[in-house]
Amino acid sequence: MLANFMAWIDKRLPVTDAWNKHVAQYPAPKNFNFWYFFGSLAMLVLVNQILTGVWLTMSYEPSGDGAFASVEYIMRDVDYGWLLRYMHSTGASAFFVVVYLHMMRGLMYGSYQKPRELLWIFGMLIFLVLMAEAFMGYLLPWGNMSYWGAQVIISLFGAIPVIGDDLTLWIRGDYVISGATLNRFFALHVIAMPLVLVILVFLHILALHEVGSNNPEGTDVKQPKGSVKPEELSKFKFHKQYTDKYDIVDAIPFHPYYSVKDIMGVAGFLILFCWVMFFAPEGGGYFIEAPNFEPANGLKTPEHIAPVWYFGPFYTILRVVPDKLLGAIAMFGAIIVLFLLPWFDRGVVKSVKYRSKWHLFNLIQFAICFIILGVLGTLPATPVANLIGTIASFGYFGFFVALWFYSKNEKCKPVPTRISH
Amino acid sequence: MKKLLLILCALVPLFATAAGPSMQLDKANNDLSDKESLKNGFKTYVNYCLGCHQLGYQRYNRTFTDLGIDNADGVENYMYTGEKVGDHITNTMPKKEAASWFGTAPPDLTLEARLRSPDWIYTYLRSFYMDDSRPFGVNNKVFKDVGMPHVLQDLQGVSSLDEHGHMTPAMGGSLTTEEYDVVVRDLTNFLEYVGEPSKLERKSLGYKVLIFLFVFFIIAYFLKREYWKDIH
Amino acid sequence: MSNVPVNNGRRRFLTAATAVVGGAGVVGVAVPFIGSWNPSARAKAAGAPVEVNVGKIEPGQLIRAEWRGKPVYVVRRTEETVNSLAKHDDKLRDPNSEEAQQPDYATNAYRSIKPEFLVALGVCTHLGCAPTYHGGDYEQFVDGVKDGFFCPCHGSKFDMAGRVFQGVPAPLNLMVPEHSFTNDNTLLIGVSEGEA
Repeated sequence: MLANFMAWIDKRLPVTDAWNKHVAQYPAPKNFNFWYFFGSLAMLVLVNQILTGVWLTMSYEPSGDGAFASVEYIMRDVDYGWLLRYMHSTGASAFFVVVYLHMMRGLMYGSYQKPRELLWIFGMLIFLVLMAEAFMGYLLPWGNMSYWGAQVIISLFGAIPVIGDDLTLWIRGDYVISGATLNRFFALHVIAMPLVLVILVFLHILALHEVGSNNPEGTDVKQPKGSVKPEELSKFKFHKQYTDKYDIVDAIPFHPYYSVKDIMGVAGFLILFCWVMFFAPEGGGYFIEAPNFEPANGLKTPEHIAPVWYFGPFYTILRVVPDKLLGAIAMFGAIIVLFLLPWFDRGVVKSVKYRSKWHLFNLIQFAICFIILGVLGTLPATPVANLIGTIASFGYFGFFVALWFYSKNEKCKPVPTRISH
Repeated sequence: MKKLLLILCALVPLFATAAGPSMQLDKANNDLSDKESLKNGFKTYVNYCLGCHQLGYQRYNRTFTDLGIDNADGVENYMYTGEKVGDHITNTMPKKEAASWFGTAPPDLTLEARLRSPDWIYTYLRSFYMDDSRPFGVNNKVFKDVGMPHVLQDLQGVSSLDEHGHMTPAMGGSLTTEEYDVVVRDLTNFLEYVGEPSKLERKSLGYKVLIFLFVFFIIAYFLKREYWKDIH
Repeated sequence: MSNVPVNNGRRRFLTAATAVVGGAGVVGVAVPFIGSWNPSARAKAAGAPVEVNVGKIEPGQLIRAEWRGKPVYVVRRTEETVNSLAKHDDKLRDPNSEEAQQPDYATNAYRSIKPEFLVALGVCTHLGCAPTYHGGDYEQFVDGVKDGFFCPCHGSKFDMAGRVFQGVPAPLNLMVPEHSFTNDNTLLIGVSEGEA
């Protein structure tokens, strides 16, 4: 019965073939470690955001007069509204936690290097759209920090010479941030951006499955056809798209091995997620900032305007540059250099395990600088903070510059051709 | 793994440094599960605060239900202006005129405990002192030059500042210092409840969810281990 | 070889356990999503029982109250009207109120708690128009009946107990909502006696 039904479908749409190609017979390296959980976790959070977002939209009122009250309506009057809202607000922060860790994995194991440049660029586009999505979403509760955060970020565009002022006016659709701004952000946040995000995620996975997954050793599980002795081939059956062109070694099918592993990862992640969501949904004032518990007020600036924590690193880079235009350039530059990472790195060895001490050091200093920049972004700008921020900014950009220099003739350890146990 | 630990360690201060206020606040030590305290706080609120400060997002009947107040009792003892039990807890103070009376319109206090913290409210209401330069003759240690009079002066009396800037014990109130602290603690407790009426439900559901997830994690772990026997 | 590995008992058990517990988790997650579609506290407050002062209604007068967005007709029937209710049963579709168009306590000859007060939704059971009240000039619609309701949309006719006459499009008697009297002069629409 089911077999007949699937045969009927498969004649018309290759569902079984796609399942095999991408899941049941996809050759995944057998040595994925802890860092490889975050891709599937990002997908989980995306689904959470879309579902809870759709449900919040049912009770939210996108207008300057009604937005703030409608959030409290959700929190008090709608059955389980508080839970849906916290799932969404905590999910936003969780999204950035897993995405930053996912990106760090890419840096550590050289997952951006040839032939995965396009895969990396799709990932960076996802990151960019995610930041826009989060920024616009943060305006919607129409709290005072929503308002002033948006004010600060939108006025960044005013730094652009000649067109800056007209551009900010056009983005706001008013002389101040108003209901008009709220409504367009709402439309983009609930429809346009999620659509783009889902398409990009789809492309990201397609590109991944075209080139194949990297792994902590940085070796390739796809060897030239005929180069591997039959007894050394992986004992599993893989889709012919892979086996026709390559000999597959040291790989296992994604399903069931990584699907059961990811289920375990999901359970572990959900324990942390629910712990925060149920017992500290404000995230200590970092996930939902205290000034957002009073309505947007264009005449009353919060004492200390801090962006949400996940924008911290880029906000600090903006802030430590004493010139408005140069600051904005530096901030956008910090994202652009990430896009160009595959070309900054001129090395051939992927994994940090087999690269030089210089690279290990560079990577660690980059991670530390990034965290310092993030912490500073949430703190008031004092002279000391600015000094530390400036040093950390140099560390951030220095990573890319140094990488470009030493990667050309880097002394690496020999990379094993096979993944050992 | 070592690098992960390093990163996690570096993340700790990020979460430890909450956005703290500059002045040292007294601990409210209020207990959201203490319904008598919440009822007392509610009573104090409608008698002393509601005239100026609405709780415009909170409904009477929700409050009655959560605090264990019978509807008829609630209408009798907590509602004075003839609203329906399903209405929001509002007043009829005209906003524009209020702004001219106090310098700024008295804010809605539904979310005050989340905006400023329960400790802040507790400390604030115990920090009024005499200051003849102010329109209502009082100032506040926590909220300098606040536009609000000391509404609970009948109860607490009034303090003044000595030459070191310390508060002297309040004189002339109908309550002792300890009794007054209890009144303020109950009021703070009530405001924390109103700030997030689902807080207790959130936590109790949280424990159940975490226990469930823990069980699920263990099963998933054994499932993973069973399958991965094929590979190692 | 196939990628479905050895299907030993332990493996089958753990897979089933994960599926069952995971499935329970999915059901649990669905609860808030489904629950949030229930009427909110705002909707409940707006749909709360409505109090009507019936003390000032003159005999033969109709007043309209609004409950859950619908008109509710409250009529103080004259003694003459009450007595006449039993005289035209042969012209009615459901003279004994057998269809469940009223609470149990209004399933009587007057379709009401007190004979003098009719409480009924002013919503025609045909297509939802509001029937108009004709006090004293109803004989133009039904011979021998002095008062009643006439629906202007499609000509449905109801007597002073909200019972539908034969030969009109409306199939059922007018709906009598749950109601109760908190005292002699106060009618509460939307809640039966003894409930919340």
